[in-house]
Amino acid sequence: MAEFFHMGGYALYVWTSFGIAAVVLLLNIVLPLQQHREVLRRAADFHELEGRTKQ
Amino acid sequence: MHIAKAFLSVLKRDVTVAFRHRNEIFNPLLFFSLVTLLFPLGIGPSPKLLQTIAPGILWVAALLAALLAADNLFRSDYEDGTLEQLVLSPQPLSLMVTAKVLAHWLVSAVPLLLLTPLLAVSFGLDAPTIGVALLTLLLGTPVLSFVGAIGVALTVSLKRSGMLLALLVLPLYVPVLIFGSNAIDTAASGLPVNGQLYLLAAMLVLAVTLAPLAIAAALKMSVSQ
Amino acid sequence: MNSNASHVNSVAMKNPGFFTRWFHRMASPVWFYQISGKLLPWLWVLFAVLLVTGLYGGLVTAPADYQQGDSFRIIYVHVPAAWMSMFVYMVMAVSGAIALIWRMKLAEMVMVSCAPIGAGFTFIALVTGSLWGKPMWGAWWVWDARLTAELILLFLYLGVIGLYSAIEDKRMASRAVAILALVGIVNIPIIHYSVEWWNTLHQGATVTKFDKPSIHIDMLIPLLLMAGAFKVFFAISLLLRTRNELLERELPRQWVKQLVEEKDG
Repeated sequence: MAEFFHMGGYALYVWTSFGIAAVVLLLNIVLPLQQHREVLRRAADFHELEGRTKQ
Repeated sequence: MHIAKAFLSVLKRDVTVAFRHRNEIFNPLLFFSLVTLLFPLGIGPSPKLLQTIAPGILWVAALLAALLAADNLFRSDYEDGTLEQLVLSPQPLSLMVTAKVLAHWLVSAVPLLLLTPLLAVSFGLDAPTIGVALLTLLLGTPVLSFVGAIGVALTVSLKRSGMLLALLVLPLYVPVLIFGSNAIDTAASGLPVNGQLYLLAAMLVLAVTLAPLAIAAALKMSVSQ
Repeated sequence: MNSNASHVNSVAMKNPGFFTRWFHRMASPVWFYQISGKLLPWLWVLFAVLLVTGLYGGLVTAPADYQQGDSFRIIYVHVPAAWMSMFVYMVMAVSGAIALIWRMKLAEMVMVSCAPIGAGFTFIALVTGSLWGKPMWGAWWVWDARLTAELILLFLYLGVIGLYSAIEDKRMASRAVAILALVGIVNIPIIHYSVEWWNTLHQGATVTKFDKPSIHIDMLIPLLLMAGAFKVFFAISLLLRTRNELLERELPRQWVKQLVEEKDG
């Protein structure tokens, strides 16, 4: 197991590469999901307000 | 016949306007020579070193000067409404913008060409190399004008577009820079440069045929805002 | 004359061909929102399977390279990211063309959503290329043809993002970006060719170590799996972003109202 993480002496390069890739990919999921919640919230606010002004 | 007349009148108008506001002619020229002369000051006066980097410097300076000059290609016409008239006019817009870009090239790039031999001599290039340098600039600067015009047309409606324009346009200038400076470099070592010149000519043909379409589409978009 | 034309038009609307019908449905926001919502879980499953098998194959079962040792394993993120950086730009330009020609709003949103994802892939390719280069070349940055081209591509993506955020009216901004993406797609081959030419000229005998003439099958299969995983990831991220863009633009519509009410109730 330790050997696996050691990566034949290239651990720093290999794991940094995979780590940075993982972070960028994760951001590409987390940010849109956050934005999604935000848009839905704004849509809810908008329609609630509109419903009230109509009454 | 009618279209040719419109083309020429746009060309003539733009050149005349440029000659009235001399800034448009002198600013790029001044910028070009200043940038070029900064390099020996920054790097040192060793003639051998300057000779090796001269092609790159000349082309980078030409690139930056073209970028600087491009910024006012459509600006004043956009502000005073002339551009809108041009977009609405019955003549094909892509042809009319070709005339405008051509006029812009005549007043902003041709003076650079005239100054180039002087700067090249100060870098210690010999006569045949200077000839090649002029040829590459002659083929390459119109490409810069046409490609730059696309960026300008896209950003003309924005207030502060300088940095954005650089970001949009400079990456597209890379091929011209590579082949232009390499041709001078190769000529300096006495080798034939036909290949590079043909490639630059091909890029010119491509730019002249395709860029006007993009410029016209971008201007229509910018004007409709 | 006028009534005649409208008559022809209404007939065409009543009997649309299969393609037109499909096209209109594709363009319908509600339909897209529903279908993409159903598709997403499946894509997640596919992504997980490809990622796990690809990572296991690449990091565990693939033998170490006889020259580069274990550092070659960076290939499993670098190469898929580099491939995707080009592919995403192509998707962006194609949807830009569709947006310009048919004024299809959905294509605009897809195009706009592509840019940040593509920039992300390009960034990964650049950073991992640099991390790979350090043990191989002994330097963090070498003006290798592929790295240089990726760098220019990153600037092209940043230009698209910058232009879109600079123009206030988002429909105008979409048209501007579509034009820019098309200009970019014409230029990318030229840039690539010139950078490659420039590189072979100045680097001479130094062969880039990224391009291996042949690759062992045990190394290749994980690479293809990872490439597949990246592609599915792109689809997921693209759908998520496009859905957001869609909601944003259609915020006042009735279907969004229904959607929000269903969520609350």
